[in-house]
Amino acid sequence: MPVVRVEGLTKIYDLGEQKVLALDHIDLSLMPGEFVAVMGPSGSGKSTLMHLVGLLDRPTEGRYFFEGRDIVELSSDELADIRSRRLGFVFQSYNLLARTNAIENVELPMIYAGVPDAERRKRALEALDAVNLTHVAHHHPNQLSGGQQQRVAIARSLVNNPSLILADEPTGALDTKSSQDVMQLFRELNEQRGITIFLVTHEPDVAANAKRIVTFRDGHILSDVPVEKAVVS
Amino acid sequence: MNFMAILKVAGRSLFRNRIRSLLTMLGIIIGVAAVIVTVSIGAGARVSVQQQISGLGSNLLIIVPGSVTQGGARTGFGGASTLTPDDGLALAKEPHVAAVSPQVNVRAQVISGGNNWQTQVSGVSPSYTFIRAWSLSSGSFFTDTDIAASTKVAVLGQTVVNNLFPDGSSPLGKTILIRNVPFTVIGVLVARGQSAAGQDQDDTVLIPFSSALQRLTGATTVGTLLVSADVSENIALVQTEATSLLERRHRIAANQPDDFNVRNLQDIANAASATATVMEYLLAGVAAVSLVVGGIGIMNIMLVSVTERTREIGLRIAVGARGMTILMQFLIEAVLLSAVGGLIGIAFGGLGSIAVAAVSQWPLLVPPEAMALAFAVSALTGIFFGYYPASKAARMNPIEALRFE
Repeated sequence: MPVVRVEGLTKIYDLGEQKVLALDHIDLSLMPGEFVAVMGPSGSGKSTLMHLVGLLDRPTEGRYFFEGRDIVELSSDELADIRSRRLGFVFQSYNLLARTNAIENVELPMIYAGVPDAERRKRALEALDAVNLTHVAHHHPNQLSGGQQQRVAIARSLVNNPSLILADEPTGALDTKSSQDVMQLFRELNEQRGITIFLVTHEPDVAANAKRIVTFRDGHILSDVPVEKAVVS
Repeated sequence: MNFMAILKVAGRSLFRNRIRSLLTMLGIIIGVAAVIVTVSIGAGARVSVQQQISGLGSNLLIIVPGSVTQGGARTGFGGASTLTPDDGLALAKEPHVAAVSPQVNVRAQVISGGNNWQTQVSGVSPSYTFIRAWSLSSGSFFTDTDIAASTKVAVLGQTVVNNLFPDGSSPLGKTILIRNVPFTVIGVLVARGQSAAGQDQDDTVLIPFSSALQRLTGATTVGTLLVSADVSENIALVQTEATSLLERRHRIAANQPDDFNVRNLQDIANAASATATVMEYLLAGVAAVSLVVGGIGIMNIMLVSVTERTREIGLRIAVGARGMTILMQFLIEAVLLSAVGGLIGIAFGGLGSIAVAAVSQWPLLVPPEAMALAFAVSALTGIFFGYYPASKAARMNPIEALRFE
């Protein structure tokens, strides 16, 4: 069963005077263990797809099955619960809580998943260990480098053992070295834990870490190829 | 996600901004402290007034002579000399009258050995102690026999004792001179402190009124008649009875003004209480306004906080917070601010009340209901003014919130 299966997925933004067709009847499936990079120029619809797949928004048209469940039929509370337990998010700007140390940042999704205090702390430390940041567990974001902050964010995204991690330009604010570390981490999570990764980027060498590259243009899928054969343009 | 977890999240985010949290609470702190101090001032003043009124005497009516016109100038009440001890005796026979005492006041120099002191000497009857609810700390009071014989005996107030017998020796049995007339001290009154008007009630010497008339004033009329009704419900009735009795005795026609005036202390007490009540309402109104202002302060800061934390809210929604959870978090933050502010306000209000009670020497009264009410109102203020910002946070679109700069 695919983790994500969308059929005829369409998103139209109603801006009042004009309607913007952001996604035009997309068909796409992500199988468990896949590592998919989505590329395309800005405005091509890749971010919109990420928001829809991440259950942060609802499609205008079409169907979306997450792990076999038709999300159109789910209430917003049920969507929140899926986000909490099955999805992990990594953002370009990390989005860590300021004045809150690394452990507490990593604990955040578990609070909403109702994990008890003691287990929360244990799992947060495990997640920080997985991203090699145990030594800065009590540091606040402003005491961490960009790469470290992004790794804290990755620890946060995997702490509830999600089936899918959505990464929106995760290396966009990082230098080359940090970018490589972060992408290495994603590859490990994908290969060792079998977590499906859905990555949006416009950097070809970042996308090259994936196993499959989907290219978007004007709300359509332009190409969808395994990475060995990807035409990196 | 359970309530305790939300409470912790809310508490933590307030603690992260503790200075701002404290400043936000300030409005509520001041409002609640004002309410507590106000209520305690009101209650203290009321009890103090009641104590002083009841200290004047039980169910007391005071009858003073009316005014007289001398060469076109009218004196005030008490200017005329129209009340006699016989008026008092007649009044005592009326139903519902428990006791009557004339009072003849003379300011006189009192001498004992090498010490002297100017004080108020009052000629009264034995029922005076009952009417004024005033007992003796030592010795005995004079009796009806002393009245009949115009005995030269005196009962001293504590201030007079202190000034005439500074060595602390017992004044009982000693002879004092009042306007050079020797009187034997037979009793000492218990100390009573200041009156409502701020006079030292203990600065007095009591002697039989007959002795005062014969030996000090040489007059036949008394300054005042003190009348005590049997129960407080009958005060108004006794007032009417006394008025009609004295009008008959003084042969005052229906169209003539009375040559006396019956004063009902309950009226004064009621007026004082009513004043206290009006003041209380007024202060409570001001306090209520300050609570509302405090609440608006909380709403302002919460709105700023929600806007400022837009990305945080977006993130919380993205990682799985339900709308209701976000609403609860911000609502709890607002309620925590107002409730903790309320508690701090109650503490400051209590301290303020203690200070006011110490300065005014009123009894310290902070009614627990007032504290509970102030706390409840401040918590409700938090819910009321916190709901709008919280619902704004809960309704946020996570995508836009995460993009917010």
